[in-house]
Amino acid sequence: MNPGYELPLDEAAYSFGFLDEYAKREVRRTILKAICIPGYQTPYASREMPMGRGFGTGGLQVTLSLVGPGDTVKVIDQGADDSVNAVNLRKFIELTCPKVDTTEHTRDASLIQSRHRVPEMPLTEAQVLVLQVPYPDPLVVVEPSEARRKVMHGEGDYSRLLTKLYEDIVQFDEITISHRYPTRINGHYVIDPSPIPRYDVPRLHHCPALILLGAGREKKIYAVPPYTRAEPLVFDDVPFRTEDFRDAQGQRRACARCGTRDSFLDELIDDDGNKLWQCSDSDYCNSQLASGQDSTREVAQ
Amino acid sequence: MGYVAIKGGGRAIAGTEAALESLRCAEGEAGTPLSLDAIEQQLRLLTSRVVSEGGLYHPRLAALAIKQMQGDTLEAAFALRAYRSTKPRLLDLPLQETGPMRLIRRISSAFKDIPGGQMLGPTTDYALRLMRLDLADESPEAFRAVSRRFLDGVDEATLPDSFPKVVDALRHEGLLLPLERNATTAFDITRDPLVFPVPRSAALATMARAETGSLLAIAYSNMRGYGDVHPTIAELRVGYLPVMLPHPVSGEPVEIGEVLITECEVVAMYEAQEDASVEGDGTENQTSPPTFTLGYGACFGHNETKAISMAILDRALQKGMRDGPSNPSEDPEFVLLHIDGVDSMGFASHYKMPHYVTFQSDMDRLRTTRDKATAAPKPQGDSA
Repeated sequence: MNPGYELPLDEAAYSFGFLDEYAKREVRRTILKAICIPGYQTPYASREMPMGRGFGTGGLQVTLSLVGPGDTVKVIDQGADDSVNAVNLRKFIELTCPKVDTTEHTRDASLIQSRHRVPEMPLTEAQVLVLQVPYPDPLVVVEPSEARRKVMHGEGDYSRLLTKLYEDIVQFDEITISHRYPTRINGHYVIDPSPIPRYDVPRLHHCPALILLGAGREKKIYAVPPYTRAEPLVFDDVPFRTEDFRDAQGQRRACARCGTRDSFLDELIDDDGNKLWQCSDSDYCNSQLASGQDSTREVAQ
Repeated sequence: MGYVAIKGGGRAIAGTEAALESLRCAEGEAGTPLSLDAIEQQLRLLTSRVVSEGGLYHPRLAALAIKQMQGDTLEAAFALRAYRSTKPRLLDLPLQETGPMRLIRRISSAFKDIPGGQMLGPTTDYALRLMRLDLADESPEAFRAVSRRFLDGVDEATLPDSFPKVVDALRHEGLLLPLERNATTAFDITRDPLVFPVPRSAALATMARAETGSLLAIAYSNMRGYGDVHPTIAELRVGYLPVMLPHPVSGEPVEIGEVLITECEVVAMYEAQEDASVEGDGTENQTSPPTFTLGYGACFGHNETKAISMAILDRALQKGMRDGPSNPSEDPEFVLLHIDGVDSMGFASHYKMPHYVTFQSDMDRLRTTRDKATAAPKPQGDSA
């Protein structure tokens, strides 16, 4: 190989948002198509990002293609801003997007990139939620071939998914899908809403914010446009159930830190081996603690 | 009350960087940093692997990536690939002819002798894998003398430039179908996602930057019995391919540089009658005499295992695309979606990230179903 030429050091300075402009334009066009066909997994030529496939490269490409000076970005992982992966992605956005602010407050963010959670605080029309997606296709559990799955989606044929749910009920008397719950968008396409808990699924329904789902490794982008129907796949006589946070007495558990009883809780084991529950959404927990300290204490007691 | 905070992610990440860097430099006072030249030249097969799997012919940057990633080929190829994302695609390269390659090695296992002759070149094929203990403490003088001596007394004018291609002879005899010039431009996997079914050019491009081990494993399954390619290497060549571009003014092809590549063509048996009966509506095969079929493999750098594996899988995938796959190595989706090192390594790594929200959901489902199972045992007493 040719020795004697220099590294392109002058090229090491990356463009705004890391990706070249053509790539960002391509992602934006894909997003537009995804919004026009709610729930449709729009293929795009996903680029390699400088973090691992599976670490949010799909969401990141969406975020970097949309973000501009004046935007305020929030990044969360498992609901927390300070989770290692969220820190890493936020650091990367700060590095490659000068003049873009980052925040930990859901309220202040114009663009929220999240892994595994929808923020507790209701989103607004002025916000975009970007979810990171490992498996974009809910049919993958019943059909491994992508070509055949594409036909099934086109025909709205979700009979095998429904059969799986039915078999669950027969075998366990309960639907056993814990997260990534198949959700029908605008009455047609069924999506994998990313590994959000079932608790978050109803919060996609008629959400005022635009929700974009990016799967980098699988090279798909899909959308739940604002105020669009998002309905979990269920039977008329078997209601959809979210995670159960009741204690042995049937009481809804409260967050051990802020005392709220209306958030998704993480189950923790402290150093003494005691179990306790705490908000998964760190910003929500902090804001509950700051604003409604007195009132939430009352509820906690 | 106890309270567990998940805080300090930023500091923890900075800590990992320092720890990693300290291991890279663990030789301490006695150490000498690796030079990129040393990596590029002395670890040339490693560099080859990284340019090929990174999908960017930049041996210098590949050497840097190898140094930075402390010899991890997956990570080094990944860094190169990520660097590539920052660069726009400027143009489509016209079809490149591999005939005029400046070869350092070419062999054919199909013929005893071939026009131009078998040129073994730099290979470990027939080397005894005995430890060369003299290399453990190699003197710089001896090291430098090697390259001085190698071409000593050789008249460079007598060295051949290029060699005819073996498959051309087979084509001439009619044992291989004539080359069909495909008028459509090649599928660019960096700009278009794979939506199945995909054209052969998409499969070839995907395999050309695939992870060597993944490609080998699936090709090996085909060689061993989960497939029936039975390949013979018509020609394997390693050398420098002149890259030709039309001149912006005159339009004449101009050589703009060269890339080291490995190219492999395998021929495999092809029973015309059988295929005609399998193919319901394929009428053209019923009349044509049987011919060999060709599998093609090529990749950046010197990586013969990869080129051979790719050629075998190309042949297997062509069969799968035509007749439907009868084993995993003939299934385009199975092969093409599972051979990329950046994708597969990234996804395997991502399981190390926190998953406690989804695990909470998992526990909720397990507890609920367990409660139901113990509270109301099923009358039939089936496996639940």
